[in-house]
Amino acid sequence: MKIAVASGKGGTGKTMVAANLAFTLSQTCQVTLVDCDVEEPNLHLFFPAPATAKDVTVPVPVIDEKICDRCGKCGEFCQYGALTVLRDRVLFFPELCHSCGGCTLVCPKNAIHEEPKRVGIVTYAKPLPRLDLVSGYLDTGNPFAVPVIRAAKTATAGDSLVILDASPGTSCPVVETLDGCDACILVTESTPFGLHDLQLAVDVTARLGIPAGIVINRSDGKDQATLDFCMNHDLEVMMTIPFDRGIATIQSRGDLLCRVRTEWLKAFSALYGKCCALTGAE
Amino acid sequence: MKICITSQGATLDALAEERFGRAPFFIIVETDTGSFDAIENQFAGGSGGVGPKAAQLIMAHKVTALVSGMVGGNAREVLLAAGIQLYTYRAGGTVRDALDQFNKKTLEHVA
Repeated sequence: MKIAVASGKGGTGKTMVAANLAFTLSQTCQVTLVDCDVEEPNLHLFFPAPATAKDVTVPVPVIDEKICDRCGKCGEFCQYGALTVLRDRVLFFPELCHSCGGCTLVCPKNAIHEEPKRVGIVTYAKPLPRLDLVSGYLDTGNPFAVPVIRAAKTATAGDSLVILDASPGTSCPVVETLDGCDACILVTESTPFGLHDLQLAVDVTARLGIPAGIVINRSDGKDQATLDFCMNHDLEVMMTIPFDRGIATIQSRGDLLCRVRTEWLKAFSALYGKCCALTGAE
Repeated sequence: MKICITSQGATLDALAEERFGRAPFFIIVETDTGSFDAIENQFAGGSGGVGPKAAQLIMAHKVTALVSGMVGGNAREVLLAAGIQLYTYRAGGTVRDALDQFNKKTLEHVA
């Protein structure tokens, strides 16, 4: 079972829900928590533990200037403007390269080979006896999050119960996180912003064919617009977390709601049951 | 000599465009005769890397100088490596005005 936690709008509480869900599940079974918000991973703040790291690399072209005759085919082929062929040399812009490998295929002289370039790391930790934490970290200045997310997901592909914390938004990093998941928890807040971005996120899960349910966080009780939207789109509100200073205090000191207020363990257990029901499994 | 002026339209009376890579048109002018060609920039709406692609496009027309509002870092690197002179025109007027100012040598020579 792979469950992604996404939101559309940032700051709604994805990480809070993912961390507490994983903590709750780890009380009774082995669970893997994956931080796919690789531009600003933060799950390790809730689960401090020693970690080991592995580099994530992507292939980038290296041109042998001795063989290259500046024919220009690679520059014409590259849709991303990463290669520009001049009279006397070829300019390469690594930050524009999408690592598609096309330049190596179109070069008639076989003057291009690929070498790995580091774009980030994936760390592995075991903060609790039954909880593995895998976090992706994109290197600063690198524009492509997807290869790091993919590496973090690949590292956990064989695990039976995986919770994936997505980045905010609805673009490539979120799509990459959701790809292959069995269910998605969409965390929202009852603000116009929260609802607007929830609608976008619901569209993404629908297009990917991933069953989704809703968690309303920081509810001030005025959730009618969100509830109406969910009703109209046949989405279940699986959990509502109140707007509560005490909860915020627990969260902001890096603690877990379910560890401090153990009555929440039951609620997060129930949330997992509802996710399983979404997929049609027991 | 041949120069390129970034433009919002296909004529000398169109407004000069301040952006280089996303300029809708490149007006290639032969300054000795005043004759010109308008080249549509097929990369103007691209998602990324449009600077180097556009630079490649105008390089192919063998221009000596480029007149534009601002040129991004990647495009600038390509244009300088290709030996193209960069001039800034940000007066908000037409291509014809930019050309006049270029001929009068009143434009800022960036590199």
